[in-house]
Amino acid sequence: MEQVKCECGHVNPHGTVLCEACGKVLDEQEEKKSQLLDMRYEGSARRSQTYNKTIVDKIWNFFSSVKVGVWLIVLTLIASILGTILPQEMYINLPPEVYYEQEYGWFGKMYYQLGFHDLYGSWWYLLLIAMIGVSLVICSLDRVIPLYKALKAQRVTRNEGFLKRQRVFGTTSNFSDHDLKLVKEHLKAKRYQIREENGDLLAEKGRFSRWGPYVNHIGLIIFLFGGMLRFIPGMYVNEDLWVREGETALVPETGEQFYLKNNQFILQTYDKNKDKTFEEAIERAGQVVKNYQSNVELYQKKSESLPGEEPKLEKVKEYKVRVNHPLTFDGYSIFQSSYRSELNSMTFSLTNKQTNQSVGDLTISLVNPKSHYDLGNGYSVEIIEYFPDFEFDKNKEPSTKSRVPNNPAFVFRMISPEKPEGETSFVAIKQTIEPFGENTYKMSFKGIETKNVSGFTVRKDSSLWAIILGGIIFMIGVVQGAYWNHRRIWIQRKNGQVWIAAHTNKNWYGLKQEIEACIENTELNIPVDQLQAEKEEQEGA
Amino acid sequence: MAGLSSNLLFIAFILYLVSILFYGGSIKEKRANQGKRETNKWGKIAVSLTIIGFIAQLGYFITRWIAAKHAPVSNMFEFTTFFGMALVGAFIVIYFIYRTTLLGLFTMPVAILIIAYASMFPREITPLIPALQSYWLHIHVTTAAIGEAILAISFAAGLIYLVKGIDQSTRSKKTFWLEVIMFSLVAVLGFVAVSSIFSAADYHEEFSWVDKHDNEATLDYSMPALIGPHEGQLLTEGGLNPLVSVPAFINAKKLNTVVWSLIGGIVLYVIIRLVLRKRISAALQPLVKNIKLDFVDEISYRSVLIGFPVFTLGALIFAMIWAHMAWSRFWGWDPKEVWALITWLFYAAFLHLRLSKGWHGEKSAWLAVVGFVIIMFNLVAVNLVIAGLHSYAGS
Repeated sequence: MEQVKCECGHVNPHGTVLCEACGKVLDEQEEKKSQLLDMRYEGSARRSQTYNKTIVDKIWNFFSSVKVGVWLIVLTLIASILGTILPQEMYINLPPEVYYEQEYGWFGKMYYQLGFHDLYGSWWYLLLIAMIGVSLVICSLDRVIPLYKALKAQRVTRNEGFLKRQRVFGTTSNFSDHDLKLVKEHLKAKRYQIREENGDLLAEKGRFSRWGPYVNHIGLIIFLFGGMLRFIPGMYVNEDLWVREGETALVPETGEQFYLKNNQFILQTYDKNKDKTFEEAIERAGQVVKNYQSNVELYQKKSESLPGEEPKLEKVKEYKVRVNHPLTFDGYSIFQSSYRSELNSMTFSLTNKQTNQSVGDLTISLVNPKSHYDLGNGYSVEIIEYFPDFEFDKNKEPSTKSRVPNNPAFVFRMISPEKPEGETSFVAIKQTIEPFGENTYKMSFKGIETKNVSGFTVRKDSSLWAIILGGIIFMIGVVQGAYWNHRRIWIQRKNGQVWIAAHTNKNWYGLKQEIEACIENTELNIPVDQLQAEKEEQEGA
Repeated sequence: MAGLSSNLLFIAFILYLVSILFYGGSIKEKRANQGKRETNKWGKIAVSLTIIGFIAQLGYFITRWIAAKHAPVSNMFEFTTFFGMALVGAFIVIYFIYRTTLLGLFTMPVAILIIAYASMFPREITPLIPALQSYWLHIHVTTAAIGEAILAISFAAGLIYLVKGIDQSTRSKKTFWLEVIMFSLVAVLGFVAVSSIFSAADYHEEFSWVDKHDNEATLDYSMPALIGPHEGQLLTEGGLNPLVSVPAFINAKKLNTVVWSLIGGIVLYVIIRLVLRKRISAALQPLVKNIKLDFVDEISYRSVLIGFPVFTLGALIFAMIWAHMAWSRFWGWDPKEVWALITWLFYAAFLHLRLSKGWHGEKSAWLAVVGFVIIMFNLVAVNLVIAGLHSYAGS
């Protein structure tokens, strides 16, 4: 590969604009411009600026461009806005094809048809994020390596043209060695690293802030990688778990290892008489919930059990699961996420229709009903069929929607001394059907009992470490880049004068103040901000 | 304690208000010493008033914290007030870096508007719902607000840049949009004025209406209804019959408030224009003649650089940690979360655009303005209109 040898003797890679060692302008086009030097990336040889032949070069150049990066960011930004116009799919409680049109009319329908109901999970949104990821990698590599090399190769003594064309520059003809010594002391006191060569001086500090952007990009890449890990099966568990009070349920996705017993669900609200401070606010809002809590016990299976056999369980711990206080074990977390009240049992009385006299009561558990209830004296009731969540199916046959007793219905056989073979009755809420003619007895409804059911979210996220690590590295990088500045001050003897030039990657105001402070009490002239001088000239004219 | 707290906030508000006069004075006074940036007597008084006001507001914050037993950042009033305080705090910090009182002249009115806006919301101390009962409430919300406040300083600096940099001698797109910003600020004042007037008059009128699920309901307006609810029937005698009524999926009451605020804003704006006899931004121009464009550009850029990491930490990272504990996932595409991401993406784009040469100075100043609009959108529109999981903040 062609390399460029500078007059100072340093050999630069092909494509270098400013000599890595002395800063002499190597690129002829840059040479012709009479203005200030473009100091971005130290004028180093970036791959994207040097090669543009093969397809790899073209892809590389595309993604290494800041302009492309900014466009990707802006497109993602606009897409993200679109997703907030209407609620996303996960926040609605109806099927999306119904919900959007019903709630928002034609606009909602269009929103749904465009796929915006699941915008953040759409292939094109993920593609945008992926492209940002690629851009992060290529942009960083394209810049950080040549920048590192250039900053490492820099020498103290610089080319005249380089110094003259720095934004902050000034010369002094009358000076003493004492002045230079004083300035050096001042610079040291301001924690500058000082290097000297042939009576020239380079004071530098905060170079590590130049790596800030690249460090934060690494953080972001790790973060995005963490987001991708979630798509690997087993890395990410997110299941709902409903457990009724007093019952024990298998915790899903734990390899049938863990069981959760729900002893009690507690719902507390603020009491305006007790919580006096909040009196007004409670009056305005009506009721404010203070606490959702499930008192649970966690069990672990002790030994392998045969299918059908009750597993042997050992208690691991007791815990009060509240919002903000999940139960954690073995990489899993169990969150209190909701609750509901469920029917637990129904009480009926077997009644003679004519005399309206009851011959006995029976309470039927809706979760686990018995098939036979003996009421004594020759009276008994059998449950022939039970539909916990009753509906008529497509064939107009009675069936059940789910196992949750939302709408229980029964087919009873009522046995009495008068009717020892039994009478059949179909009983649902607010309706009774006697399919085989008029019965002597009926099941009259006496009451219901409800029970609380706690809704939990079972979560295991094995990608969290990457998310956390990415976040930490990002923060370090962004602080490194934002709160420190890379400042360099060159104080060099040229043609019997002292030349002062300075460069910073940002915060020029701070740099100029620092220079002023450092050359205080010396004969040296304060260097001029050439950019500002230029502007003022223009504004003046 | 709660009473003391309100008084301290009121004192802070008055002090901020008075400080503006002194900031104005500090700009008007001719500087004897052009070279050195030294604050004159007016400026020193202005900054002192600001600091005393800030301490008073800090007193409000602490006493309210003691009364409520949780950091007062849990509803719209508290959060917005805190944001105003953070803005003043951020200004004080930036002032001691750059020593320019002009920044105060532009920042303090914005801070005052924000605090005034905040006080239009219910001011009672509210109890915390279970999701908010976490020390992350204090950490996440305060850090996010401080980050946004520092970013807002770049808006103030950007505004100074635009007021100085844009040629006001002829009408142009630029003068138009700058005037739109000025009008928006006046419109906030309009909202505050209209709300205060109707609330002082204790205005109420009631409607029966039909909501989007065809249920009949009643709705209480605290401003005369220009915009009526869906199939609304006025129940209050002597109330105003609405000029138009809107479909059920639009919140008529909120829209009515917006319309009233705009009317208030337009009236105020017209009065201001009649007094000034020129655009507001043109009238402000003489105030900024002594500042260098480069200098305000740097303040604007610097505040983004300082604010961006704080915002990331507070509004994204701390938010994710807390969301993971309270809602069982660190990210759930809730509108407020998305808008925090949008804000973050915007400032990320801003920082990248500064890398390419063309985006210094005026373009960068416009970007700072847009950034502030996004922050305000997240504060106002997302809480009040889009809602979602953070909807507690809309009360």
